[in-house]
Amino acid sequence: MALSWLLLILLALAVIGYFAGRSRALASAGGDTRDLHSLPSYYGYNVALSALVPALVVLIIWLLVQPMIVNSTVSGIIPDQAIPEGSNRGLIMSEVRRVANGLEGAVASGAMTEAQAQDGSADIETLTKTLKDAGQVLTQDITQPILVAAQKFRSMTSTGTVAMQVVVLALALLGAAFAYVRTHKEFRARNVVEQGVLALLLLAASIAILTTVGIVLSMLFETMNFFQLHSWKDFFFGSTWAPNFRGGSELSILPLLWGTLYISLIALLVAVPIGLFAAIYLSEYASGATRAIAKPLLEILAGIPTIVYGLFALLTVGPALVSMFGQGGTLGVGWMASSNAVLTAGLVMGIMLIPFVSSLSDDIINAVPQSMRDGSLGLGATHSETVRSVILPAALPGIVGAVLLAASRAIGETMIVVMAAGAIAKFSGNPFEAMTTITTRIVSQLTGDTDFASPETLVAFALGLTLFIITLGLNIFALYIVRKYREQYE
Amino acid sequence: MNDMTRVERTVDSKAIKIAAKKVQVYYGETHAIKDVDVEIEDKTVTAFIGPSGCGKSTFLRCLNRMNDTIDICRVKGDILLDGEDIYDKRVDPVQLRAKVGMVFQKPNPFPKSIYDNVAYGPRIHGLAKNKAELDEIVEKSLRRGAIWDEVKDRLDAPGTGLSGGQQQRLCIARAIATAPEVLLMDEPCSALDPIATAQVEELIDELRSRYSVVIVTHSMQQAARVSQKTAFFHLGNLVEFGETGQIFTNPEDPRTESYITGRIG
Ligand SMILES: Nc1ncnc2c1ncn2[C@@H]1O[C@H](COP(=O)(O)OP(=O)(O)O)[C@@H](O)[C@H]1O
Ligand SMILES: [Mg+2]
Repeated sequence: MALSWLLLILLALAVIGYFAGRSRALASAGGDTRDLHSLPSYYGYNVALSALVPALVVLIIWLLVQPMIVNSTVSGIIPDQAIPEGSNRGLIMSEVRRVANGLEGAVASGAMTEAQAQDGSADIETLTKTLKDAGQVLTQDITQPILVAAQKFRSMTSTGTVAMQVVVLALALLGAAFAYVRTHKEFRARNVVEQGVLALLLLAASIAILTTVGIVLSMLFETMNFFQLHSWKDFFFGSTWAPNFRGGSELSILPLLWGTLYISLIALLVAVPIGLFAAIYLSEYASGATRAIAKPLLEILAGIPTIVYGLFALLTVGPALVSMFGQGGTLGVGWMASSNAVLTAGLVMGIMLIPFVSSLSDDIINAVPQSMRDGSLGLGATHSETVRSVILPAALPGIVGAVLLAASRAIGETMIVVMAAGAIAKFSGNPFEAMTTITTRIVSQLTGDTDFASPETLVAFALGLTLFIITLGLNIFALYIVRKYREQYE
Repeated sequence: MNDMTRVERTVDSKAIKIAAKKVQVYYGETHAIKDVDVEIEDKTVTAFIGPSGCGKSTFLRCLNRMNDTIDICRVKGDILLDGEDIYDKRVDPVQLRAKVGMVFQKPNPFPKSIYDNVAYGPRIHGLAKNKAELDEIVEKSLRRGAIWDEVKDRLDAPGTGLSGGQQQRLCIARAIATAPEVLLMDEPCSALDPIATAQVEELIDELRSRYSVVIVTHSMQQAARVSQKTAFFHLGNLVEFGETGQIFTNPEDPRTESYITGRIG
């Protein structure tokens, strides 16, 4: 029985439970709804929820836990000798899963009988041939231990699934029956349902939080694995980034951090003045009509996917910069060799951040009370004097917060730097050179053939965690400043 | 209502500082001020009273062209300051506002130091040649604002850290610092407690010796205590204008009488 059938049966049970509970409640009140403690539908919901919720919770947990148990048991029965040189248990296990799936598929399509699939002493060659003929994907030759493991895998999975179905259905029936029996006109169905709904909402909220915690923890574990394989001193205080998949890599974050900060700095140099001036124009000078058009337009810019900005950098800004600063360019200086450069990435990232800075600053400038403007204008200050000497100083803390938020976005930005910054990790102050950032190195260490036991791959997690901590710190600090500023005028 | 007789009423007429003739103000379609004629004397406190929404603030804001900052607001008629039309094209509203200072309903010190708050006007108008002169202007203004003794030891502290009454006196000092000839005050005490109100009222009475003061107030007692002339506004019309004592004891118009006896408002 497929999962969808199970879900359908559960739903049907809930619907039946709803009507049964409702009519039982009505019957207990002799058909007069005024005698009931709650509206009749609440009795129905109570039965339906009692059937559905425990069964679904167990179902979800079961689906998560069963593969783990099966995997660890099966991987335990593979003998050490069965793992060839240059491979590992993880790789063998994925092969086992593939074979198990192949057997499953072959049985389902009729290319093989159930007995053949379970035959532990089957001839490997015939079996391989049958599977391949049945169109199943196998990457490696099947060996005897793999076959045995795969068969074990299949039998455990199918027993587990049957057990799950039985347990889930039994739970649903039990829940429904329990709630049905309790249904009586005195029963406080409304309060019980409200509590059930509250629990569901709470569950949704905690899933979001728990996922975040889970992400951080998994990064933390991988990072700890990395530090067992690689010295932390080199990571934090080394000076070279030179990953080498044959070993002996130098994996220091510092050159990457330098590239990240340098590009972010250029981005902020572009975004902060332009964004701030745009915000001042919008909030202080623009007429209502202009504002109504310009503000949404700016905010649309903020919704453009960063990969599009990356393309813009690659195809337009980079070549334009080279034709200006490159060999034989308009300026005739020959500073820029390739369109991949700190300047290209910084400029485009700055453009990306303009709407971010301007929309935050606009909100902050608007929060400066009108009485400040009146006070200044009433003393005979011009509009621009008022903006310069009263409004901007009053808004400064909030604007600083906005800039910090922008900085944390710049530091975590990936696509633009992947496409426009280059791949060379070095300390250099020359904005026309290619450099690389933490985010691009995470991408490159994790793409392609990866081996999650080597420091060259695991370093990505250490980089990611460091980045996470830096941006988290910046965000907290920025939000603190922005919030403090908001309170000032409330 | 014994306070009414407290301020001695100087009946001898003084020079006319501001003369308004046939002033109309429109907010878009709304006709907020209708045909107002009023003459404001020098070295006198003139009070504008009337129920809320009757246009007191609107008219006050005409006198220093603060209404220019509201897009939909149009002003018609003549307003003469020392005989010169302030709505003339040659008049720069920015210069005008230095001459006709304004104090607002809610104390609105800038988020700067006390010193910088007061020095703000003199700096933008270039009233001081050097730091020493600026210091002198700041001290003089704070003294006239009757707040010098309270803040002289903490001129570098932020103006927003003062109490409400101190903030309002700081704002008055700030307005005085640009050497105005007229001071407009829009309900300057409505956000203050009784003690702070008494201090500000005392200050207004002192200011009369140098400036022409126009004060909008909700409180008739206050108008009676501080002003020599009173104007009563109702639904955008100037109903009655005359000696304060006269208005409060012997009003001519029945609407004025209803208002001061508490029947409309
Ligand atoms: N900025 C504005 N835009 C539109 N209408 C306004 C504005 N300010 C005041 N008004 C209108 O003008 C009238 C007079 O207002 P106001 O001068 O503030 O009265 P008061 O100060 O006597 O309470 C009111 O009807 C008010 O709704
Ligand atoms: Mg008002």
